[in-house]
Amino acid sequence: MSASFDAVVVGAGPGGIAAAAVAAEAGLRVCLLDDNATPGGQIWRGFNAQTARQYPHGSGFLHWTARLQRTDCEVWLGWQAIDRPAPGVIRLESNGEGRDIRYGKLILATGARERFLPFPGWTLPGVMGVGGLQALVKAGLNAQGKRVVVAGSGPLLLAVAAGLADADAQIVSIYEQARLIQLAGFGMTLLGQPGKLAEGAHYRLKTLNAPYRTGSWVTRVEGEGRVESVTVTDDRKKWKLACDWLACGFHLAPNLELPRLLGCRVAGGYIAVDPLQQSSAPGVACVGELTGIGGVEKSLVEGQIAGWAAAGREAEAHVLTPRLQRLQRFASRLDRAFALRAELRTLAAAETLVCRCEDVTHAALGGYASWREAKLHTRSGMGACQGRVCGPAAEFIFGWEYSGLRPPVFPASVSTLAAEVEVPGSAHP
Amino acid sequence: MRSEDFSITVNGRPMRVAQGTSVAAAMMMANEPCRFSVRQEARAPFCGMGICMECRATVNGVPQQRTCQLVCTPEMEVVTG
Repeated sequence: MSASFDAVVVGAGPGGIAAAAVAAEAGLRVCLLDDNATPGGQIWRGFNAQTARQYPHGSGFLHWTARLQRTDCEVWLGWQAIDRPAPGVIRLESNGEGRDIRYGKLILATGARERFLPFPGWTLPGVMGVGGLQALVKAGLNAQGKRVVVAGSGPLLLAVAAGLADADAQIVSIYEQARLIQLAGFGMTLLGQPGKLAEGAHYRLKTLNAPYRTGSWVTRVEGEGRVESVTVTDDRKKWKLACDWLACGFHLAPNLELPRLLGCRVAGGYIAVDPLQQSSAPGVACVGELTGIGGVEKSLVEGQIAGWAAAGREAEAHVLTPRLQRLQRFASRLDRAFALRAELRTLAAAETLVCRCEDVTHAALGGYASWREAKLHTRSGMGACQGRVCGPAAEFIFGWEYSGLRPPVFPASVSTLAAEVEVPGSAHP
Repeated sequence: MRSEDFSITVNGRPMRVAQGTSVAAAMMMANEPCRFSVRQEARAPFCGMGICMECRATVNGVPQQRTCQLVCTPEMEVVTG
């Protein structure tokens, strides 16, 4: 099966939905893709017409999904983009079925994942990401009565702790690795930013009855087959806490795999784009967390700009530039406020696994000069997640630059990979 | 049990789940690991959003399914991978 569209948008979070809605409103034939079963991405996960109002970003979700629904945009859910088999063609897979889609313009809104760092015990069942645990609870996991330590870094810690408390979990404590002085500056800048998630979370924190400590981080997890306790430090003393779950993530890392495959240039950890969100790859725009971790507002504005640009309506796109510049400054402040402290580089012990897919220890990775060399000798980063977890960790711990991306960017069936390119107008029908 | 709940099995043991529950969430509630690693360590859901691959399990006979991206359906058979 194959299809062809004026514009294809990959990722149905805020950036992707805004881009698809604007491009379709401007008259383009648009297809919006996502590998999840429902639209919304991570920030709008689990939102629907009934539930959205109870969330801080609910009104934006309702506005943009309503706009999208009024257009003829096709929305394909459960489809994972895995490869670019020919110029202007993206190969998708869903439940073992392959499909090629041809695009005039491509807008990538693949979002971000949590940055994870290895420490002793981090592979035990019951250790999860911060957003990860939130996603699981939204997907039906019963958190009632669970004692949860929330740790790591980023505004997500507060928002998720509040959400977990609403789900009747018992928040033991929240540990933010950044120093208070870094965050104090950030808190001031938040006041000038409407609709930011931390505002609501700060307020909710008062009702949480859980301590929020800055300059503190988890150093190890212990338990027989599952989490039983965590050890925390503030760099002066260490203490141990009993808990059932540890939610631990160190802010966010953009999902650069697909844009990298398409040749988009990366600078300073993000995709470099021009004021119309165009990357260095012709016809490929990137929006949202791909261009800087800035949250839902920045994603929505960038999505609209890319949507207008895809339709050739540059004047409309440029109207949004001043707003975007303000949100980009916010993104830079966010990166500075939650910059990772050097102590986190040495949390992993010699026997701690760094690569969870291939079970490669920290000791096994020592002594290599580059990510590529380490991969070749240890299989680190070559397992099922293709380095999505250990890659950003190794970059931080060892200072290795990312290299060696190959298609498919997600595991796919051999029949999908081997299929001929079959799209209308293809040079190789 | 609400009327929209239904039954699945996890490693042969029946359990009831609410509509919309992901397979990963069901496996956690069943206290069953999703998979065993290269060193035979039990692994359970970690990233919750489809990127880490720790929650891979066999669902209705199909191996290596990312269970956090998969919603439970009635009579589903889930087995640790």
